Amino acid sequence: MNAVKQAIAPKARLRLISGNHACALGAVAAGCRFFAGYPITPSSEVAERLSRLLPEVDGVFVQMEDEIASIAAVIGASMGGVKALTATSGPGFSLKQENIGYAAGAEIPCVIVNVMRGGPSTGMPTRPAQGDIMQSRWGSHGDYPMIVLAPASVREIYDETIRAFDLAETLRTPVILLYDQVIAQLTETVDLAGPGAPTRAERTWASGPREAYQPYGTGKGGIPAMSRPGAGYRVHTTGLNHAENGFPTQNPEAVERNLGRLLTKFDKHRDLIDSWQALACEDAEVLVVAIGISARAATRAIDIARARGVRLGLFRPITLWPFPERALREVAAKARVVLVPEMNAGQLSLEVERILGGRRVDAIHRFNGEPITPADIAERAEKLAKESKK
Amino acid sequence: MIVDSAPSFDVREYLRLEMMPHFLCPGCGHGIALRALLWAIHELGIDKDKLAVVSGIGCAGRLSAYIDANTFHVTHGRPLAYATGLALARPDLHVVVITGDGDCLAIGGNHLIHACRRNLKLTCLMLNNEVYGMTGGQVSPTTSETRLTTTTPLGNSEPNFDACALAAAAGASFVGREVTHHVPKLKELIREALSHPGFAFVEVLSDCTEIFGRKNELGSSAEMVLRQKSDLRPSAYRDTVDTPFRSNDLPTGILTKTARPEYGTAYRKAAAAQRASKAAKASGTNKGNA
Repeated sequence: MNAVKQAIAPKARLRLISGNHACALGAVAAGCRFFAGYPITPSSEVAERLSRLLPEVDGVFVQMEDEIASIAAVIGASMGGVKALTATSGPGFSLKQENIGYAAGAEIPCVIVNVMRGGPSTGMPTRPAQGDIMQSRWGSHGDYPMIVLAPASVREIYDETIRAFDLAETLRTPVILLYDQVIAQLTETVDLAGPGAPTRAERTWASGPREAYQPYGTGKGGIPAMSRPGAGYRVHTTGLNHAENGFPTQNPEAVERNLGRLLTKFDKHRDLIDSWQALACEDAEVLVVAIGISARAATRAIDIARARGVRLGLFRPITLWPFPERALREVAAKARVVLVPEMNAGQLSLEVERILGGRRVDAIHRFNGEPITPADIAERAEKLAKESKK
Repeated sequence: MIVDSAPSFDVREYLRLEMMPHFLCPGCGHGIALRALLWAIHELGIDKDKLAVVSGIGCAGRLSAYIDANTFHVTHGRPLAYATGLALARPDLHVVVITGDGDCLAIGGNHLIHACRRNLKLTCLMLNNEVYGMTGGQVSPTTSETRLTTTTPLGNSEPNFDACALAAAAGASFVGREVTHHVPKLKELIREALSHPGFAFVEVLSDCTEIFGRKNELGSSAEMVLRQKSDLRPSAYRDTVDTPFRSNDLPTGILTKTARPEYGTAYRKAAAAQRASKAAKASGTNKGNA
């Protein structure tokens, strides 16, 4: 069975795979044909799987000399017109930040997987954490837009990997796939059969005469068409602030115009970008907001809490950045208390506090490498429900 | 009088004239290196549409913007890594890297040695002017000992890299060096490098008159370029030149040229063989079932 057949299941077939394996399969299914990476726990399985899968579909796998070279090679491959992926974890994610900023600024589509492990620094390589929530949005210097997807199951990693490529191509942007060590190395039974034949998004390629082409013009929906090397456009791509023609500029009006378009380019496409799950929220008195393994625990906590008479609901952003804030406001309006369990010292809770402006947001912050359990969430929810009734 | 030995070569056909005037300082050798590169490209008949130039940060890095080709001005030190992805994804392109001594040997040193080892078809042109010019004249890994820079006010006390020896030791299958003083020879060397079926490293000894020469009282650009001759052959000039621009006895021309499997070709060959063997196995299985 070749890699594409493995990756795109035509009919229901149960398989037992890990999250990182699902990511590799999703990438192949999405049309990714280039991977560059560097070994790092707990994301190495993505690279190992793709080193086998990509040659089978005439793609290229390369293990580079370091993390920086890996993201650079991925951006280079995408500049050549090939869908490209890299996968890393904490320390490697930090090293990649400068070049992630380059991809955002020069608008080069690519997908970066960051499997979150304990931090800071080398931290706890084999233990889970959710400490890169803010870094995934703000890790590189300067102002730039970013899309971050946060799957919470093996099957969802597969789907979100495909969606990451579709968004990257459609919106000419790097997309970060952010999941924790538990989800990455968790092995689950999944059925990869999707609804119908997969249609995969491709970036808009430049067409028409060279003289009329603007590599950073407003394009369709604020997304400029990209030129494929060899197609006769011979454009310049740079990390310097540039004008519509792609050449560096320090003209204040030109910078404001072009950087302004970049920073607002997702606004018209939120329908495509935003994704969330609202579970048992209709009558929820306590609303949990969580991602990844903490959201998995919260899902179970709903049953535990409700059995004890506490109406618990879960709001789970699948697109973490830009945060689906309108959806959260609507859901949270009905709840009396909001609780954010997360495996860090307080990151998602800050964003939830910002969005719900002025409302008290309670949180469980754990950064010792132990996942937050369903019982932890149910107990806290019960306490909060009691307090809120006083 | 300047005799143009290439009447058919008009450099303007390869430049983005709308980008002129360029921003190199008067007397900078980088323009000479750029002309030599474009001349070699012209002679080889490389299609501009199929030419990709990847450059890093610094004075050398800015050259890509002037070339009428697919040009990529990337992050500091990383042009070889970007070019590796581009060349692997698009083997139909002719990928050239333009980098400087700081970009290539300091912040990008790791990428250089691994590009040499990997032997992917790329041409790497390192313009060595012994200094970080763009940032105002700080010491670089190729600054000669005792030289004054804005960060070595006491004189440079670090030994400098021999970039060609480094590339050769790291396994580069093509290594060459030339000076901007000898333009036709430089063009010939770059032409050989562009034709090499593997990783080709070329060090171009350029001069930085404004930032480096002035501080070290090395004279005008013409004097600095002329002195390159004496630097390369110190034994012949030992008695006549008291302060060589570079103290090393640096050989020029093609220094290393070996035949090694090209990485991209080897990878695709192995992948195709595996696909064929899997397909054969699969059809065998099908027959068995039937």
